[in-house]
Amino acid sequence: MKSTLAKNSFKRGFAAAAAAFALISGPALAQEPIKIGAFLSVTGPASFLGDPEQKTLELYVDKINAAGGVLGRKLKLVSYDSAGDAEKARTFAKRLIDQDKVDVIVGGSTTGETMAVIPLVEAAQIPFISLAGAVVITEPVKKWVFKTPQSDRMACEKIFVDMQSRKLSKIALISGNGAFDKSMRAQCMDVAKNYGIQIVADETYGAGDTDMTAQLTKIKNTAGVQAVLNAGFGAGPAIVTKNYRQVGITLPFYQSHGVASKEYIKLSGGAAEGVRLPAGALLVADGLPANDPQRAVLVAYKHEYESHYKSDVATFGGHAWDGLMLAVDAIKKAGGTDKAKVRDAIEATHGFVGIDGVFNMSPTDHMGLNLSAFRMLEIKGGDWTLVK
Amino acid sequence: MLAHLASPRTGGLLALAAVIALLPLVLRNSYFYDVAVLVGLNAIVCIGLNLLIGYAGQISLGHAGFFGLGAYGSAILASRYGWPPLAALLATTFAVALLAFIVGRPILRLRGHYLAMATLGLGVIIFMVISTEDKFTGGPDGISVVPFRIGGFVLQGERIWYWVVGALLLVAVWLALNLIESPTGRALRALHSSEVGAEVVGINAAEHKLMVFVISAVFASVAGSLGAHYSGFVTPAKVAFLHSIELVTMVVFGGLASTFGAVVGAAVLTTLPQLLATFEDYEMMVFGAVMIGTMIFLPRGVVPSLARLFRSHRSADADNKANKA
Repeated sequence: MKSTLAKNSFKRGFAAAAAAFALISGPALAQEPIKIGAFLSVTGPASFLGDPEQKTLELYVDKINAAGGVLGRKLKLVSYDSAGDAEKARTFAKRLIDQDKVDVIVGGSTTGETMAVIPLVEAAQIPFISLAGAVVITEPVKKWVFKTPQSDRMACEKIFVDMQSRKLSKIALISGNGAFDKSMRAQCMDVAKNYGIQIVADETYGAGDTDMTAQLTKIKNTAGVQAVLNAGFGAGPAIVTKNYRQVGITLPFYQSHGVASKEYIKLSGGAAEGVRLPAGALLVADGLPANDPQRAVLVAYKHEYESHYKSDVATFGGHAWDGLMLAVDAIKKAGGTDKAKVRDAIEATHGFVGIDGVFNMSPTDHMGLNLSAFRMLEIKGGDWTLVK
Repeated sequence: MLAHLASPRTGGLLALAAVIALLPLVLRNSYFYDVAVLVGLNAIVCIGLNLLIGYAGQISLGHAGFFGLGAYGSAILASRYGWPPLAALLATTFAVALLAFIVGRPILRLRGHYLAMATLGLGVIIFMVISTEDKFTGGPDGISVVPFRIGGFVLQGERIWYWVVGALLLVAVWLALNLIESPTGRALRALHSSEVGAEVVGINAAEHKLMVFVISAVFASVAGSLGAHYSGFVTPAKVAFLHSIELVTMVVFGGLASTFGAVVGAAVLTTLPQLLATFEDYEMMVFGAVMIGTMIFLPRGVVPSLARLFRSHRSADADNKANKA
């Protein structure tokens, strides 16, 4: 950074010489690039999150640069693979802050990695937009920390609102023992009473379990259960769904946003028919009504991503799109990369249409999404349909 | 006098102290200090593990478990129950030593693959308990840890930690070197070459194995406790099987039965991923190539192989001189 300072004072002192210098070196060289730092779980157990996030950041940093950059400056992406390890995430965050001297950090695919980095970014006073889901990231509010994905608490609330509208009040909960499952289970237990929902059965299964009929039989034999909610992602929910039909339960069945990928429908065979789940609007982008505020953004992202990488778009990549674009938007509004100004600009984000929803940040809300960010979907004919 | 300096106990320690003292000249910012601190903590674990694997010849694939118990013990006692960190560290260390003592007795009766399996199982059980008991441990998302403080003095910032960990590393090396040069150390090495032979000359094999197992668990636990306070956050990844493998790899890479080898192994394998991070997609390939290359060309591990090379050169030189004379 010293060289930049020297360059600046040089320019200020010798305006004429500076003009000549700018002419020779061109505007791109005269301006330092804006550095976007990222640490993502590109490999390891959470690579299904980090991989689409990384691809999205690369794709859109290139696109923004091709279109002339931000405030006439190019973007530079500095990205590290934290492999789902909180310790690595912490070291890489330190590297981004102290060594690479980035202007803003976007990243943290998992909650653990994000939580490990928060003390650092708070101390270094650098804007940080997390891509992880749990509600603890932004509650209580931390001055420099924001996040883009919808929280698990919102997923519970969305499901409970739908249950209310269907007059279901006694439910059974079945969840795995992973980080996502546990956090969501706790959040659902926490908000259930606000919606007049009573949890009458609470079953759990292990990460590697291949049969959950025992838990489901217990639920089936619990008196008064009106609906079942499964919190989890990966293979677990698909097995639960299969077993659900095998045991012969006919109650309404809800899944979480953790299964919002085509893999789930494929893995559970025909058993996923009629399952409802809350999910970001990206899954049904093309099926959204023309007047939907998010439609244009979603369709553009989906098609750009799919045509560039020749693979299906994933909701997780959408988190990264939101993170990058929120940062870029804030840098534009702040008129530069002054960290305090950028932070204030992110906090002042209002009506920003993103992939995960429409963001309205405030000093008390560093996620900025409301329940409209989730859509209630039902699986019909092996595909997602919007519940009206 | 010179011979005394050349012995690893004084010469090696002095060299290590010099490296620790001079390293800050090239550490440009707190990120470099951070990596150095991680190297130090890993090195302390590896020195302990090397006593077990390199000298006593007993494998352990569960040392991340002890490391994790240290980390979580300190985290829970200091952060949840408000214990003074030093008291939490000492209590945790004692508890881990006791656990190692209790489980070590039956486990160390096993040999070879069976011992590997048993220690692996121990590590996996510790991992499962930590990631399931979320009321205490925060579950898979981890737990945040208060900074280390002694009285009114708060240990915070990479630079302070650097000197603390540096000093502890010297203490760890000094302890290990002394142990190896003591009758116990000779007994351990005797055990390594032949357990039956050692028992025949009157060495209590079971007791020695158990002792070194407990010592190595204590080294890991202390490093774990300090690491938790240093980084302010622990997740079960530090307790996972993969971390155990990483630790064993550091010891083997640096060189079995070489205390300085353990330090070098920890240093190389902690900094290498940082150096290679700029290769992005090829990071793992380059990392693999370095590992394979080292194992092919320096099969005894970095330090012993190089030392051997150096010695054979020197003796060849001496031979030449003798011939000329």
